[in-house]
Amino acid sequence: MKNSILKVALIGNPNTGKTSLFNQLTGLNQQVGNYPGITVERKVGTCTLPKNTKATILDLPGTYSLNANSIDENLVIELLLNKNDKDYPDVAIVVTEVENLKRNLLLFTQIKDLEIPTILVINMADQMELKGISLDIPKLETALKTKIALISARKSTGINELKDLIVNYEQLSTEPCLNASDIDSDYFNNLRRIYPNQQNYKLWLVISQDVNFGELSKNVIQNNSFSKSEEELKKLQHKETIKRYQFINNLLKEGKKVDVAKAKDLRSKLDKILTHKIGGYIIFFAILFLIFQSVFEWSSVPMDFIDQSFASLSTWVNEHLPSGKLNDLVSQGIIPGIGGVVIFIPQIAFLFLFISLLEESGYMSRVVFLMDKSMRRFGLSGKSVVPLISGTACAIPAIMATRNIENWKERLITILVTPFTTCAARIPVYTILIALIIPDKRIFGFLNVQGLTLMLLYMLGFLMAIVSAMLLNKILKLKSKSFFVIEMPNYKIPYYKNVGLNVIEKTKAFVFGAGKIIVSLSIILWFMASYGPTDNFRKAEEIITAQLQNQTLSEDELQDKIASFKLENSYIGIIGKSIEPMIKPLGYDWKIGIGIVASFAAREVFVGTMATIYSVGSHADEENTIKEKMRNEVNAVTGKPIYTFASGISLLLFYAFAMQCMSTLAIVKKETNSWKWPMIQLFVMSGFAYLVAFIAFQTLQ
Amino acid sequence: MQTTVDQLKKGEKAIIVAFNLDTVPLKLIEMGCMEGYEIELVQSAPFGDPLYLDINGTHLAIRKDMAKEIFVEIIQN
Repeated sequence: MKNSILKVALIGNPNTGKTSLFNQLTGLNQQVGNYPGITVERKVGTCTLPKNTKATILDLPGTYSLNANSIDENLVIELLLNKNDKDYPDVAIVVTEVENLKRNLLLFTQIKDLEIPTILVINMADQMELKGISLDIPKLETALKTKIALISARKSTGINELKDLIVNYEQLSTEPCLNASDIDSDYFNNLRRIYPNQQNYKLWLVISQDVNFGELSKNVIQNNSFSKSEEELKKLQHKETIKRYQFINNLLKEGKKVDVAKAKDLRSKLDKILTHKIGGYIIFFAILFLIFQSVFEWSSVPMDFIDQSFASLSTWVNEHLPSGKLNDLVSQGIIPGIGGVVIFIPQIAFLFLFISLLEESGYMSRVVFLMDKSMRRFGLSGKSVVPLISGTACAIPAIMATRNIENWKERLITILVTPFTTCAARIPVYTILIALIIPDKRIFGFLNVQGLTLMLLYMLGFLMAIVSAMLLNKILKLKSKSFFVIEMPNYKIPYYKNVGLNVIEKTKAFVFGAGKIIVSLSIILWFMASYGPTDNFRKAEEIITAQLQNQTLSEDELQDKIASFKLENSYIGIIGKSIEPMIKPLGYDWKIGIGIVASFAAREVFVGTMATIYSVGSHADEENTIKEKMRNEVNAVTGKPIYTFASGISLLLFYAFAMQCMSTLAIVKKETNSWKWPMIQLFVMSGFAYLVAFIAFQTLQ
Repeated sequence: MQTTVDQLKKGEKAIIVAFNLDTVPLKLIEMGCMEGYEIELVQSAPFGDPLYLDINGTHLAIRKDMAKEIFVEIIQN
């Protein structure tokens, strides 16, 4: 046994429970990152095996075969073809599922052709009796030239046997289980003659698709007398697939028995209801309604708690640290900044909880099926539904989720319109503005008006996405083949571990990814609000005291006047003031202007910015939350509140439509491979937002 | 009787006899749609498209325009 750590790769079709197995093997010892240069998630974990061996487990993206259709699938192939890759596995585990064994084995036979030691995992073994399935394991092992682990990732059975197999990987056969090259023996013999040191199948993969692979270039291999045209290659690929299936079919005729009488299942009954012409839509929209209503209702309690805790913490620090600049930085810059991040956690966690429940259960595929035709009218695909719903959490994973849309035009439109959906970063902005301008009442006894307003904003986001998709569908002249295929997996009760880990992972990524920007911006903003370039800032106290000499003011009122004069003359005040003429027609003052400018880094920064700006002018002995401070804010000239119904609606609409997220722009650039599309998003969306906010304010005031 | 998959009625079963290799993508074949396999229309979505198929135990949905490229022989009961 080698001393080094074993490298194990998990490979398999989507919906086989590959992730459940990964979670079983690694528990919480996992890290999620990105592959360099591309945005495919790279999931690695560690696992302790018998004989004191350690292994790193790499969870590769789900793929149906080694014929790549997407970036995710390309990655799998490039890794498995490159022995020098640092992730190149010592042993590959192909995860299959007992009910779809036939289809899952296609990938297995391809992996075997690469001559990597391979273990076959057959998952969901606990379902076998229920579905009347029996397997002849020794027969399958002999024919497939492998070792089989029958497991149930959910019930954690068979995991120890699998670990034993991994440790003893050197005993695994590396022989292919069928000879796929006899689909065209002449051609493959020729290849073998020219490249005696290369695996035939590897050469074939390089020739038949666009994979980047070091010294083996497609053009070089194709540059010979017996090379084939694209069309001939495609035919040969078909032949190869059919050949593999023949082998698998013959094997399973003997190796897998299904008692049809027992095979009656839940699927058809549920499908009848969930994909019903009318009922299906009603159920889908009812589920959406339930999700949004509960996200708002359930998270309000923890959010209020977080809001107040951070306010009290600020006060506490302010009272207990020696007063001075450090005290101010901590109590007015850092603590409100962190509070502005932590406050999203309840909403994001609830949203991801629902999204992963829908995906895990198999229901999401039915939604895709139901919605495809209607979505196509707008130039989208049924598969756009998943990104559009995920977009209500965060546009970044949503845009990555468009990768399984086969048609480029449909995919591009989905990418371009997804940022209109109401992402979690808008929620804190919406929440605070709604709380300011919409009364906290109930209609019909149960509908919370504030919740309803939030729902309307969500619907507005979807509506804008749909309308702009329709326009883009008319404007964009792109020809691409209409191609759409989606697997309809079995219904499953969501596995709590997968759901839980997914929620933790997504929330963590959001909090730490966006959190860094928010906290550092909060600190920068605090500095900019606490210092100013002119004498007006430094001598604020003297100037104001002199100005107000004749008036009788309490000490507090005087301090307030000084603080706001200081803020006006600070660096940030000067920036805000200079853009004020531009945003005045929308009903905003310079303080909101600062919030908007900061929001172009990320929308949620608005709330943190407001917190910082208003803390600067507040009294430390009062336990004022951001919300109350905003409510008390008045226009210096007119003396009327800043946050009125008109300016609030105008601001809500601005945030609904403007493209204000640097991370989204970056991801769109990566996925579309050009700056053209993100720039169009930035200018068109923000321009439109300005226009709508302008009209709203002017008509409502 | 020979026809194409888009013409199947709900619950009707057929055997795949051929498909247009130029227009049917490899992925469909990889997912288990092959000559000789039994195919059943489980359900068509509202507005008649896409089609939810059971191909020899594999459950897939494809759009009508691709279903037109798959030729089948209907099994008589």
